[in-house]
Amino acid sequence: MLKLLALLLALVLAGSALAKVAAPAYPDPALEKRAVALEQQLRCLVCQDETIADSQAELAKDLKKEIREKLKAGMSEEQIKQYLVARYGNFVLFKPPVMATTVPLWYGPFALLLAAVAGLFYYILRRRSAVAQPLSEAEQARVKALLDSSEERP
Amino acid sequence: MLRARFLVPLAVLVVFGALVAVLGVGLTLDPREVPSPLINKPAPEFKLPELKHPDKTISNQDMLGKVWLLNVWASWCVSCREEHSTVLALARSGVVPVIGLNYKDERADGLGYLARLGDPYQAIGYDHDGRVGINFGVYGVPETYVIDKSGVIRYKCIGPVTPDILRKKILPLVKELNGNA
Amino acid sequence: MVPELGQFALVLALCIALVQSILPLVGAARGNAAWVAVARPAAQAQCLFIVFAFCCLTYAFVSNDFSVVYVAEHSNTDLPLAYRVAAVWGGHEGSLLLWTTMLGLWMFAVSIFSRSLPEEMVARVLGVMGMIAIGFLLFMLLTSDPFVRLLPAAANGRDLNPLLQDPGMVFHPPMLYMGYVGFSVAFAFSMAALIGGQLDATWARWSRPWTTIAWSVLTLGIALGSAWSYYVLGWGGWWFWDPVENASFMPWLVGTALIHSLAVTEKRGAFRSWTVFLAILAFSLSLLGTFLVRSGVLTSVHAFAVDPKRGVFILAFLTVVMGASFTLFAWRASKVGLGGRFAVVSRESMLLTNNALLLVAAGAVLLGTLYPLVLDALGLGKISVGPPYFDAVFVPLIAPALFLMGIGPLARWKKASLPDLALRLRWALAVSFAAAIIVPLVMGHWSTMVGFGILLATWITASCVVSFKAQLAHVPKGQLGTRLAQLPRSYYGMLLAHFGVAVFIVGVTLVKGYEVETDVRMDVGDIAHLNGYTFRFAGIDKVKGPNYTADRGTIVVTRGGEPVVTLHPEKRVYTVQNMPMTEAAIDAGFWRHLYVALGDSISPTSWIVRLYDKPFVSWIWGGCLLMGIGGLLAALDRRYRVKARAGTLQAAAAAGLNVAAAR
Repeated sequence: MLKLLALLLALVLAGSALAKVAAPAYPDPALEKRAVALEQQLRCLVCQDETIADSQAELAKDLKKEIREKLKAGMSEEQIKQYLVARYGNFVLFKPPVMATTVPLWYGPFALLLAAVAGLFYYILRRRSAVAQPLSEAEQARVKALLDSSEERP
Repeated sequence: MLRARFLVPLAVLVVFGALVAVLGVGLTLDPREVPSPLINKPAPEFKLPELKHPDKTISNQDMLGKVWLLNVWASWCVSCREEHSTVLALARSGVVPVIGLNYKDERADGLGYLARLGDPYQAIGYDHDGRVGINFGVYGVPETYVIDKSGVIRYKCIGPVTPDILRKKILPLVKELNGNA
Repeated sequence: MVPELGQFALVLALCIALVQSILPLVGAARGNAAWVAVARPAAQAQCLFIVFAFCCLTYAFVSNDFSVVYVAEHSNTDLPLAYRVAAVWGGHEGSLLLWTTMLGLWMFAVSIFSRSLPEEMVARVLGVMGMIAIGFLLFMLLTSDPFVRLLPAAANGRDLNPLLQDPGMVFHPPMLYMGYVGFSVAFAFSMAALIGGQLDATWARWSRPWTTIAWSVLTLGIALGSAWSYYVLGWGGWWFWDPVENASFMPWLVGTALIHSLAVTEKRGAFRSWTVFLAILAFSLSLLGTFLVRSGVLTSVHAFAVDPKRGVFILAFLTVVMGASFTLFAWRASKVGLGGRFAVVSRESMLLTNNALLLVAAGAVLLGTLYPLVLDALGLGKISVGPPYFDAVFVPLIAPALFLMGIGPLARWKKASLPDLALRLRWALAVSFAAAIIVPLVMGHWSTMVGFGILLATWITASCVVSFKAQLAHVPKGQLGTRLAQLPRSYYGMLLAHFGVAVFIVGVTLVKGYEVETDVRMDVGDIAHLNGYTFRFAGIDKVKGPNYTADRGTIVVTRGGEPVVTLHPEKRVYTVQNMPMTEAAIDAGFWRHLYVALGDSISPTSWIVRLYDKPFVSWIWGGCLLMGIGGLLAALDRRYRVKARAGTLQAAAAAGLNVAAAR
């Protein structure tokens, strides 16, 4: 009996020692990382609110395959993006390219900032010399009454 | 001083007005429609086995010198059924040849679909893995391209071809490309 | 029967809203006390009817009444009860009713908690809110009626979108809408001030608690949405710069500027017209957000079902509200005086700079959100503007404002001294730089982005400490407890909220800089290592839920041999819509989250599993929680609840004096 138990124990222990370390999900983790990073910058054209990385659409799966093949073949991320833009237009990129029609987009915020800072300076410096409305006689009397009164501060 | 006081509200009003105008126009647009960057560019080269005759191939080279339509369809696509009768009528009229692109489909399913609903196509390219579709920028079937005599894409119809689109956009364009012949 | 009652209640609410909009406003203008007195009971009655309508719709959902179109589209008999209730706001029509219900509740609150305000002001505020209610009630009754019948009734419903079948759905929209709609109160106060001509420090004192509460609730609402998307969407992102998210973020940014501007108006009587402008802007952005989500003008994962007719209505409503309010502003605001003077370096100027920066940031977000639409409308092509743009643009814009957060609270009103500030803050600056260098190195590797983030966060925190010590030093000697109680709640609120921002920054920076992940193919029994943790794939079971079937994995996590947690990620398929959903399993620790999600299955016992270690990620929402609590604390300050002694306070305020001593 004891020997049987010992045998079972040995088997269990051996079994757990054999628990293997899981292999990486993809044969080339580095390539996978690059691919996923690229996919997260691209819009899925079918499920347009998702990135190609997240989308389960057929087209997204096909494009994911294409991206991996092209990365393996040595194309750079930029080249792959151009490949897709040539076929689907700029809509597929989540980062809009800087071109004539997107100059206001990319430089607008900075221009806004400059305008705001300029406006600030102008306003604060002018304000320095502005005078607050003086009190009228009646108001001055009320002020005096207030200050002289023994009422507590709220 | 007075001018400055008016300047800011005026600027706000202008920006506000522009915003409302843009939003108003936006209501008439479809944000999901992706216009093709291939308009007025040469159609991507392709050479595919034919759906009905696997030993034969169909290529865009075969259609050079003619104005033709490329109609992307699939048996699993519900909207394709909507336009099928229109495409059939168009093909029968003989105004313009229609080449089919069977996109991401199984051969048997594609053939069955045509057997059931009719075959308007002069030839059909069998694009099983969808690569030719990707080259054409296909993102949602059905899609139809009008290609001119020198192989340049002139128009892309996204979604089913309706008699309206046919009458207003495709037929006049085909006529023009044919030299009003 | 019940849906018809609900619809009728909405019609009645509309009639009351008409009365509420006209009589009190005319009465206040003409000095007709009877008409002015109509405001409060009208608001309360309107709220009652709207809430009744809401209850009718809820009842229809709970009782599975599929003869109502809206219920049939968004519910199902198998849907658990909590989600049947949440489904009330799961679609366009019902969420509009939720919006209107929130408006009714805010009106009710204003009608009760405004005893210390002059009756004309209350009348005008409720009158304006009544007009907004007219807009929304009309919108519902004309284009988006939730009570439309479906005859013959459907046998069963189409079920709520599985993505929405989550506790997040129960809390996020109500909180969010409470915040959105709360800005209508600030808006109404501003309109009332412009109409009545009383735009002064007292007005700011009345308006401030309402605005702060709305802001706090909006903060919590946005945080809830972010947390929800984090655990639902399978890869642990928490903000996507999606158009609808931006639609809630823009009012939040302007709202933040508003509460700070109100501080100046209340304390110093300055920035009055600017504050009013901000209130109008904040509410306008709320309405714009409503438009963007429901008109189909932008693609978004949040967008409701599209109908251009609805879009036209909201656009018209938006135009009327914004047009009228900005016109009124342009006409009346110039008559308002200038308020107190202040030096180039002073708390006022710093708060104004903070405002300017927040507005520029909001402008940048608006630009990015609407730009694709603008280009498309002009026929100039179609582009996407996504996270890469917003991240690149927003962070540099907000960084200076964050830096100012460390200085502003310490600067004196009216005139501050830069050398004095530098002296008081020199240790704070030193500590910040030290932390900026030490923390990244401790966490594993140097990163400039992390260093910068830690610098800002420590700077803000250290400055809070300096401020607190200085304030406490001003309180006369005594027991610590009594001394602490002497400082006003609004001060603690500010400290907490600012500290919350620092915590938020820490969370964002550290998770971005140091999260690790690994994708592995696991057979049953396999183990994987990540960051010192061992994950063992113990098994996979088939599980049946109320309206879904799922593959449920068991992952046992240990560290150094010691058990940590057992996680159960699932891959569900919801039966009605046949939609697959990944339910990640998260061990939500204070210092880090362990995040496990099932990928595709290669065989019944072999799955792709995604493992993440996300350090400090809960600090993102923890920071937001602190911000929200800070805001609520500040709104509960005693001075807002002290009844004005007849004449005295108002007279003094009207004369432009400080009543409370400057800090």
